[in-house]
Amino acid sequence: MADQDVVATEKARRGAFSSRKVFIFAAIGSAVGLGNIWRFPYVAYENGGGAFLIPYLVALLCAGIPFLYLDYALGHRMRGSAPLSFARLSRPAEALGWWQVGICFMIAVYYAAVVAWALSYTYFSFDKSWGSAPGDFFAGEYLKAGEVGVDLTVVMGVLVPMVIVWLAVIVIMVAGVEKGIGLVSVIGIPVLVIAFLALVIRSLFLPGAIDGLEAFFAPDWSTLTHAGVWAAAFGQIFFSLSIGFGIMITYSSYVDRETDMTGSGAVVGLANSSFELLAGIGVFAALGFMAQAQNVAVDEVVESGVGLAFVSFPAIINEAPWGAFIGVLFFATLVIAGLTSLVSVLEVVVSAVRDKFDLSRKVAAAAVSVPCALISLVFFSTASGLYVLDILDYFINQFGILLVAVVSMVVVAWSLRALPLLADHMNRRGSIKLLLWWRLLLGLVVPIALAYMVFNSFRDAVETPYGGYPGWMIALFGWGAAALVMVLGYVLAPMPWRKDTSLEDPGLAPPPGALPDSPPPATARHAVGADQHTTTEGARR
Amino acid sequence: MSAAAIVMMVVSMLVVWGGLALAIVLLIRNDGRQDHGPGIGTDREHLTRDL
Repeated sequence: MADQDVVATEKARRGAFSSRKVFIFAAIGSAVGLGNIWRFPYVAYENGGGAFLIPYLVALLCAGIPFLYLDYALGHRMRGSAPLSFARLSRPAEALGWWQVGICFMIAVYYAAVVAWALSYTYFSFDKSWGSAPGDFFAGEYLKAGEVGVDLTVVMGVLVPMVIVWLAVIVIMVAGVEKGIGLVSVIGIPVLVIAFLALVIRSLFLPGAIDGLEAFFAPDWSTLTHAGVWAAAFGQIFFSLSIGFGIMITYSSYVDRETDMTGSGAVVGLANSSFELLAGIGVFAALGFMAQAQNVAVDEVVESGVGLAFVSFPAIINEAPWGAFIGVLFFATLVIAGLTSLVSVLEVVVSAVRDKFDLSRKVAAAAVSVPCALISLVFFSTASGLYVLDILDYFINQFGILLVAVVSMVVVAWSLRALPLLADHMNRRGSIKLLLWWRLLLGLVVPIALAYMVFNSFRDAVETPYGGYPGWMIALFGWGAAALVMVLGYVLAPMPWRKDTSLEDPGLAPPPGALPDSPPPATARHAVGADQHTTTEGARR
Repeated sequence: MSAAAIVMMVVSMLVVWGGLALAIVLLIRNDGRQDHGPGIGTDREHLTRDL
């Protein structure tokens, strides 16, 4: 009964998902974001088309899902936000968690702007407000982007949708883990899949769609010998799965202790890839139509990122029969995918603040979301929002997320030697057993792959100023922001935790198969006592 | 579409979507093996319970 009390207290204090299904929907909602729709199709096309499937699957199975399991193991075992989970693993490692929190805060600040753009374009789709020149409309009339630099002139057309997005996010965050994030995910993900399926089906019936699919799936086997193609596959998997920066640690800490986390992780990882494949089919079918309409080859119309969504797609919508229908579906799916990812990013910060300081859920959610919203509105509802966003996004991804992932993996695997402990935890209920293969992948393959990517990015960033932006902008919004979040970790880590937050390893409930009325093992009698059942305990210290 | 593109499209769909279906089946089967009794198995929880 003591264990049930502990679980009930924990749920009441931190919040929890009511079932594994809600957790899976929330995790898929976090993983399936804008990158699935506008990044994967382009990366696959640029790196061998159909042949890219091989490095992509290797990266998914050898790096993505194993890394996902590491995040799950940390959060599920340690029952805390990213900083608390790292602190429970080893007190000095707490700074890694705060580094991840800082990264998430930065991402939330700019991610909301993109969701707001998509919201505006959902509305614009009804009457094709962008006219016959979508590129000029987007940068000029809509964003009012002028000279490269900082211009804090407020653009009302961006400010209003951003305010709407932030109000929605604040309501979701204040509502809590279950009634906010859980509800949005359980409703949003099925809607997202159905809407995107409708979009794909419509696109497949457009003239020229087959040419698009040919371009997307035709394999170029020679690319398999290029290291860059393999790096692109690892990068796509890594950025797409929301791993390595605290989201999955936070979400898994809200899951019941008796949940099969490895089986759940396989579903989340494959669901994310399934959506990416669906996105590739839909996007390239539409691009095939556009190429035919403009009487050019498909490779001349292929775009990615902001260009694909806000320039190419409006052009497709202009030409296609049922264009408004395609537009509303496309941009609405971007909004849903973006919103479920945005709340997951912000939850990392809210959860950490709530664990660290003596704040209620509502106060913590407001204390994080409102300042984040204000910073977001100040920087990204302005005429220079596009440029700042572009720089911040690149540097936070390359020298924030990638770097903290490498460092935390090396610390967990090599310095703390915690992989056996975490594998033991996952294997108690997991349908997929984490054996030597998992430790080898996380101890060697994944850190080497990620370190190679960081090195490449660093070399590129030093050799060529990113995007041709002025040095001071790159220094301030690029290197400066990436360094700031790292420093933040070391500043926040020494601050004391709230009184009722224990830094002991919460251990586990009674082993699987134990009768509900049987006395709990000695280690589980303590409210948050250390789990001493494994021989790896000593190695963790 | 060329034969190679069609083959890669079918293989991609089978591997990724088939893999997802298999993962869901295995997850549910594992629930059956680990069930403790009425109300405790995760699969019995309603999708939106407590929402």
